[in-house]
Amino acid sequence: MTRMHTCAALLLAATASINLAHARDIVKIDGSSTVFPVTEAVAEEFQNAEKGKTMVTVGVSGTGGGFKKFCRGETDISNASRPIKDEEKAECAANGIQFIELPAALDALTIVINPKNDWATELAVEDLKKMWEPAAQGKITNWKQVNAKFPDRPLNLFGPGTDSGTYDYFVEAVVEGKSSRGDYTASEDDNILVQGVAKDINALGFFGLAYYEENKDKLKAAKISWKGGPAVAPSVENAKNASYQPLSRPIFIYVNKKMADEKAYVARFVEFYMDKTHAAPLVKEVGYVPLPESAYDAALAKFKARTVGTVFHGAEVGVGIEELMKRQPK
Amino acid sequence: MSAPSLHSIVAANKRTDIIVASIGVLVMAIAMILLAGVMIDLLASGWPRLLHGEFYTNFPSRHPERAGILSSIVGTSLVMLVTASIAIPLAVAAGLYLEEYAPRNWFTDLIEINVSNLAGVPSIIYGLLALGLFVHAFGLGETILTAGLVLALLILPVIIVATREAIRSIPLELREAAYGLGADKWQTVRLYVLPAARPGILTGAIVGLARAIGEAAPVITIGALTFIAFLPPSPLQSTPPFINFEWLWSPFTLMPIQMFNWVSRPQEAFHVNAAATGVVLMVMTLIMNGLAIYIRYHLRKLQR
Repeated sequence: MTRMHTCAALLLAATASINLAHARDIVKIDGSSTVFPVTEAVAEEFQNAEKGKTMVTVGVSGTGGGFKKFCRGETDISNASRPIKDEEKAECAANGIQFIELPAALDALTIVINPKNDWATELAVEDLKKMWEPAAQGKITNWKQVNAKFPDRPLNLFGPGTDSGTYDYFVEAVVEGKSSRGDYTASEDDNILVQGVAKDINALGFFGLAYYEENKDKLKAAKISWKGGPAVAPSVENAKNASYQPLSRPIFIYVNKKMADEKAYVARFVEFYMDKTHAAPLVKEVGYVPLPESAYDAALAKFKARTVGTVFHGAEVGVGIEELMKRQPK
Repeated sequence: MSAPSLHSIVAANKRTDIIVASIGVLVMAIAMILLAGVMIDLLASGWPRLLHGEFYTNFPSRHPERAGILSSIVGTSLVMLVTASIAIPLAVAAGLYLEEYAPRNWFTDLIEINVSNLAGVPSIIYGLLALGLFVHAFGLGETILTAGLVLALLILPVIIVATREAIRSIPLELREAAYGLGADKWQTVRLYVLPAARPGILTGAIVGLARAIGEAAPVITIGALTFIAFLPPSPLQSTPPFINFEWLWSPFTLMPIQMFNWVSRPQEAFHVNAAATGVVLMVMTLIMNGLAIYIRYHLRKLQR
């Protein structure tokens, strides 16, 4: 017991002599788990390039949780798998935080079905809406109800939980509202969704392209047609040339302008991130779709000019990345 | 009573004994098989990574074959150190007070009920409490110290309850003998009650720490990181005073968080890393258990 008491006493002594000043330069990042692999890869390379002078830490509190910290000024950069929301913008503004919105990569939300499913290889966004809208809850439980061409089979839906930016984007793109039906199998872990759809011939689910690419042998991706257009398969090319719509989306990093101005190492990190010779191969390596090279150039220029604000206003889907980069933030 | 009916009563009782005993064995077997199943499953899937020295000396990486758990092993060890050195003394003191000193009245009853209830509160609640209290109100930040404090709070009730049980099981005669020799209350507690209760207290402490080591939810709430490729400052230094506590203020990650991150990645190779991390986590718990048994054994020898 006496040893434990000594321990406790030492701890108290330590608390009394707080030394919060840190000698090390640390870039603090938090936010979306979807963007995490990209930022992790860049952080790893950046630390190597800086030879231990600068450290980077990346947390995973989700897009919303990340913005909460970001708008309190606790982090330098926030990972986000959707654009900042109006209420989050207001929160940032209230704390006097200006941000620079930069696209980091593209992701193609992939609609997956069981490999044995031969009727839903091409789906219209209207079909998806019928399946997922809140009004479908408890009512649309059979494939036949979605489209008369489909067989008489139960419809089992799988998707990410409502906290994820992926869910938010899907709902905005497909349901055109704030929420979907609640009676689907939800999991924060996309691998669970992969297993669910792989085992169930009647299943339909959605998640990021990377999870489909890694599990191509267990799953089939549905081609998606939008507004009467041709059905397009999810792929790196189709996301890049903006033909896979409305389900390809940019993912972002938000940089605190003041931190970038005051801390040279934060600015160095962002410039490293937006350098197309680093970003494009790293993004590809972790299973995401790199932006077109011109978009990285535009993003780098935007950062160097410290252009603050967001180019998104309310819910917007199906906008190509090149068009987004041309927009002036308001 | 005639002889045959006595025989039949004995036989019936024996039958009941056998049935109860076999139910007991069955229940234990189920528990053991489940544990062994998890262990074997993790070992089988994590085996290739466990054999690589790099796995223990590398930081997290986007390359699954290069990714390691150095920062999370160090993080978990330091956080557990803080947790143990705060929770155990506090909980033992609380248990002692409630058993030996507290007057029997409604207020003490209220405390007792609350302590038992606290043991069942979901861990995320502690995380939210800590976020408001430690991180923001006290300004301790997202540090090893905060994480240690949260987990200490989380396991306090477990250790308090175990301490009280251990103290209650000490025969009254022991205390009476001490008083008979002229010892006062504190001397009795310090020299007789506490040493006799030590095995029970240690068991409680281990159960508590084993729960804390696997927790992810409350520490994520207070801002534990997922990617961190540097270690906290060393607690030992070459210049006087040779020991420093700057590591308490360092950002950190923990093994359950690292494991969760890897499990949810799309690439299969990361899942192997996750399984290997699970094995290391289990081994760490086993080592803690072993340490407790060793300490208990040595203390018992000292007592004689």
